[in-house]
Amino acid sequence: MSMVTIVDYGVGNLFNIQKAFKSIGAGSTISNDPEEIAGSSKLVLPGVGSFEAGMTALKESGTDEVVKDFAASGRPLMGICLGMQLMLSTSEENGKWAGLDLIEGKVVRFTESKDTQENYKIPQIGWNSISKPTGMEIDWNNTVLKSLDPTDTSYLYFIHSYYVAPADEQSVIAETTYGQDTFCSVVMKDNLVGCQFHPERSGKVGLQILEAFIGA
Amino acid sequence: MSHSIRIIARLDIKGPNLVKGLQLEGNRVLGTAQQYSEIYYHEGADELIYQDVVASLYGRSSLKEIVQKTSETTAIPLTVAGGIRTIEDVTDLLRAGADKVAINTAAVSNPRILTEAARVFGSQCIVASIETYRQKDGGYEVWTDYGREVSDLETIEWGKRVEELGAGEILLTSINNEGMGNGFDLELVEAVSSSVSIPVISCGGAGKLEHFKEVVTKGKADAVAAASIFHYHYCQPVNQPNMSYSSPDLRMGAHIDSGNIEFLNEGYGGTADLMVDSCSIGSVKEYLNENGVETRII
Repeated sequence: MSMVTIVDYGVGNLFNIQKAFKSIGAGSTISNDPEEIAGSSKLVLPGVGSFEAGMTALKESGTDEVVKDFAASGRPLMGICLGMQLMLSTSEENGKWAGLDLIEGKVVRFTESKDTQENYKIPQIGWNSISKPTGMEIDWNNTVLKSLDPTDTSYLYFIHSYYVAPADEQSVIAETTYGQDTFCSVVMKDNLVGCQFHPERSGKVGLQILEAFIGA
Repeated sequence: MSHSIRIIARLDIKGPNLVKGLQLEGNRVLGTAQQYSEIYYHEGADELIYQDVVASLYGRSSLKEIVQKTSETTAIPLTVAGGIRTIEDVTDLLRAGADKVAINTAAVSNPRILTEAARVFGSQCIVASIETYRQKDGGYEVWTDYGREVSDLETIEWGKRVEELGAGEILLTSINNEGMGNGFDLELVEAVSSSVSIPVISCGGAGKLEHFKEVVTKGKADAVAAASIFHYHYCQPVNQPNMSYSSPDLRMGAHIDSGNIEFLNEGYGGTADLMVDSCSIGSVKEYLNENGVETRII
């Protein structure tokens, strides 16, 4: 049995996640087999592209229910980028779409830069820093962010037009500011964690986050 | 500014070799792309661009193998360009480890490829590569095939169009300025960047530190790609056989038997021939941070 299974539901670049795990000495399997997913000890839900396409692909491949069952089992599940967004209840991307509803909340679009002084583009493509949400008492030591120094600036690689807005503010363990929005860049609820950035493409800092997930 | 500006190392590639020319011509072999990509990753490059320089000419991309290797040895985004014509080409490169693909020639001849690819892989994966040549009258023509063919498209209009078609980003290369080290075409970059709402990577012209700053502050570039200024920091031509390498293991000429390796073996011209004040990626980033442009320091 592989330690980590990366859910293959037909979208996104899963190979770089597998290569990143390999580079930190962790074996992983890319799979769409319900039994294999259900039997793994840790699960990664990757994904790029649109919410609608991602959700449709999850349903069509029959992996949506398997992922939900896995989440309910209490074993560690990490959503990355679109994979994180799919964990929420709904998305406003191109209409209104239902997600996996593992974490209550919605997925919303960045505020446009029109009529503002600041020049920024959508999608956000590039490196941005994450920090503890202001006014919140959160200890990163018990999270996948444990190797990061909260007093230092850590940059991670983002590529997205939408972000998650969890209903429970306590589940936001890191936030990031882009343009006019300060958004949830890492969400955590019990055994579930979601990263808006790509840890597999965020240099050493990103690999440390994956290491912490493996060790969780 | 709440986000950092990306500093990207662009590697023009022929076979396994890193090559560099002037205005997309006269490419000379400098070493192997693999080795340089690892240097750039460890020195804090925010992204890598691999441009296959002969792919469109031969109608195929040969980068799959090297993309695969690179994605195992680096953990930063990799954009691959050159010879991408079909959805299958995109699939192959993404499977090999590319994070994004940049399309120029195929998009000019069949703009629907951008829409189709964005639908299948998401806009964030699809970069429109625009190579442009500035006319004497100040107009900008779109060129294809790595600066070999002229099209009838106008650059600013084409920039707007590729966004509508579904591209998530634009890689904008000034052919006139490419390799020359005399600065970016600020007017061009500003014109394209202001007329689209997707990020624009400015490429072509970096010759000294100040150029990076002005293309961000005046040109409104969202990311800056450079080649010569970084490459020649590690291999300097000297007036004698063999170039001067910053480290002996970078001396790869012995392994390289294809392409124009004269430069590699003879070092002709000497450093006086260099058109850039070569420097490391780290020093560019430090300079920018000191001058009010946020970059990621590792």
